[in-house]
Amino acid sequence: MTEYSRASLLADAPSGYCPGCLHSLATKLIAEVIDDLGQQDNSLNVISVGCSALNILYWGGDFLSVAHGRAPAAATGIKRTNPERLVFAYQGDGDLAAIGLAEIMSAANRGENFTVIFANNQTYGMTGGQMAPTTLIGQKTTTTVYGRDPATTGYPLKMCELISTLEAPRYVARFALNSPKGVNDARKGIKKAFEIQLAGKGFTFVELLTNCPTNWKLSPLDTLEYMNTNTIPYFRPGVYKDTEADAE
Amino acid sequence: MIEINPRYCKSCGYCIRFCPKKVLAMGDERNRRGYFYPVTANAGACISCGICASVCPEAAITLPGKGECDNG
Amino acid sequence: MGEKRFMKGNEAIAEAAVRGGCRFFAGYPITPQNEIPEYLSWRLPEVGGVYVQGESEVASVNMVYGAAAMGTRSMTSSSGPGISLKAEGISYLAAAMLPALIVNISRGGPGLGSIQPAQSDYLQATKALGHGGFHCMVFAPNSAQEAVDIVYDAWEYAERDRNPVLVLMDGCLGNIMEEVELPPMKERTDADIPEWSLSRRNGRDYQGNITPIYTEPILEGINMMAGEMYKQWEEDDVKVEEFMTEDAEYIVVAYGIASRVSKEAVLTLREKGVKIGLIRPITLFPFPKASLRDLDYSRVKGIIDVEMTIPAQMREDIELQVMGRCPVYEYGRSGGCLLDDDGVLEAIEEIIAGGNDE
Repeated sequence: MTEYSRASLLADAPSGYCPGCLHSLATKLIAEVIDDLGQQDNSLNVISVGCSALNILYWGGDFLSVAHGRAPAAATGIKRTNPERLVFAYQGDGDLAAIGLAEIMSAANRGENFTVIFANNQTYGMTGGQMAPTTLIGQKTTTTVYGRDPATTGYPLKMCELISTLEAPRYVARFALNSPKGVNDARKGIKKAFEIQLAGKGFTFVELLTNCPTNWKLSPLDTLEYMNTNTIPYFRPGVYKDTEADAE
Repeated sequence: MIEINPRYCKSCGYCIRFCPKKVLAMGDERNRRGYFYPVTANAGACISCGICASVCPEAAITLPGKGECDNG
Repeated sequence: MGEKRFMKGNEAIAEAAVRGGCRFFAGYPITPQNEIPEYLSWRLPEVGGVYVQGESEVASVNMVYGAAAMGTRSMTSSSGPGISLKAEGISYLAAAMLPALIVNISRGGPGLGSIQPAQSDYLQATKALGHGGFHCMVFAPNSAQEAVDIVYDAWEYAERDRNPVLVLMDGCLGNIMEEVELPPMKERTDADIPEWSLSRRNGRDYQGNITPIYTEPILEGINMMAGEMYKQWEEDDVKVEEFMTEDAEYIVVAYGIASRVSKEAVLTLREKGVKIGLIRPITLFPFPKASLRDLDYSRVKGIIDVEMTIPAQMREDIELQVMGRCPVYEYGRSGGCLLDDDGVLEAIEEIIAGGNDE
């Protein structure tokens, strides 16, 4: 008989996310893992800019809202001066892979001892559905109305693959939140990342494939199917780096 | 047995879709924000697996601990 | 009695910051401020502090943002181009009400400009360090010693106001070697960590959050508070040096390195019997308005703005106080060409001789 209660760091009010938004689920998973680890008072959420910023009115733990793309830099300042804290940056794909690409790659390469949780839904949701660095080829957005054309916009960025080539990161994994198995795997992955951080072992990165019913113009349930047929084949879930496992 | 807190529900339907025992169905009552929320149409079939609670983006579904109903 | 040393301006600032309680620095290489990060890269770890070389000035100021949110006395330094890159971050520090020290060792501008010294960032520093209409207190020391004294106490202002503070110097003062007396190390413990910070080391046991974004009425309230703060600065925190102005018929207005060259000219001209004085703003914001507004304009025949930038950037602030009651002249060098004694002396003499239109 599984016991399941509402995570303590979630506000006692509905989230600001749209119906079926997996950002909301990702936030819930993080809060659940923090409960499991008893880290409620020790956690510090570095909130980025985009739909992720809706957590400003939803997150019940300590948080710092920072400039677009700069969460890994701010997290560096936090963690380096307060190494005992459980620090995680929660970022979307525009924040992390476009304006903040230098910050994420540099923080990962420095092996900063915090966790970055990357919600990848291939669009700029908050600003109305523009093309993001991870927008799929052919995907229609408000700035690629005929579908993303690599000839002028290049290709969707695979962040796990990129970061896993770096020496310093300890754990790099991607999960898809469009199925019960994916959700459970993601919960375990976030927990593992936090445990590696708490053990002081270095940089951890968890990419979560999420959705955007509003800007994909699909019903919540249809987005889950869209992810199976379009997102997951390109952004393959899995563990891309796990120095713990490699060591065994 | 599961508990649904209509207040947080946004009618996305994930719990209904992934319940392995088809326990849940969309109800015909709306919460305060106008969303229809699910009801346990087939309560007897529930095996308390917790998948509904796990996939709910809004943490609207909870399962009380073993035996007594200790948390809301 | 502090410790006497012969130090380069940049290094004196770095040591003063550490003694003033700075325990976090993030920065990026850019001439002419490089000795600051170089010095702190080994000095901060000696006192249990943290030094990070950011991947850019943008990253560096945001690292300061993070450390400052934890109540750690934090600092970054750069030159004009880097301060431009940090503009967004400084605006976020102000919006989130976070104390921090920003240092600009300015150089020739605009653009990549020149790596030689200049005072070309006055307007950037005093009018708009970033978007949104906020202000920082801006200090302009004119010697290594004054820089030490200002930087040493910078966080007292920053934490009092919960606002970033800017120290504006130029490449000359950054690289000049002078005797300085270093004040003692400020001893600080976890108890000194501000209550508003996200640190839990001061025993805070309730949820804390810091944000640079607000719902509209709250942001309006914050802007109103800031407006009151700036007025308060004007009343309480103006710092200015008035040299031989009591009987002066001509007054030079100059800050930083330009004020040292100008003082030489004033002394030389005084020997020639010219009634001339110097007003030296030490805080550029709040600007020393009263010093200029309350002059006896029945006596003062002209005011000469001497700056190491062309066109002069402080001129309008001067004219706002003079209000046309006497002519305002300007003389300067720019682009990394330095002011020198002869140049300043000749320019002033020419102005006094009347051969120079305003």
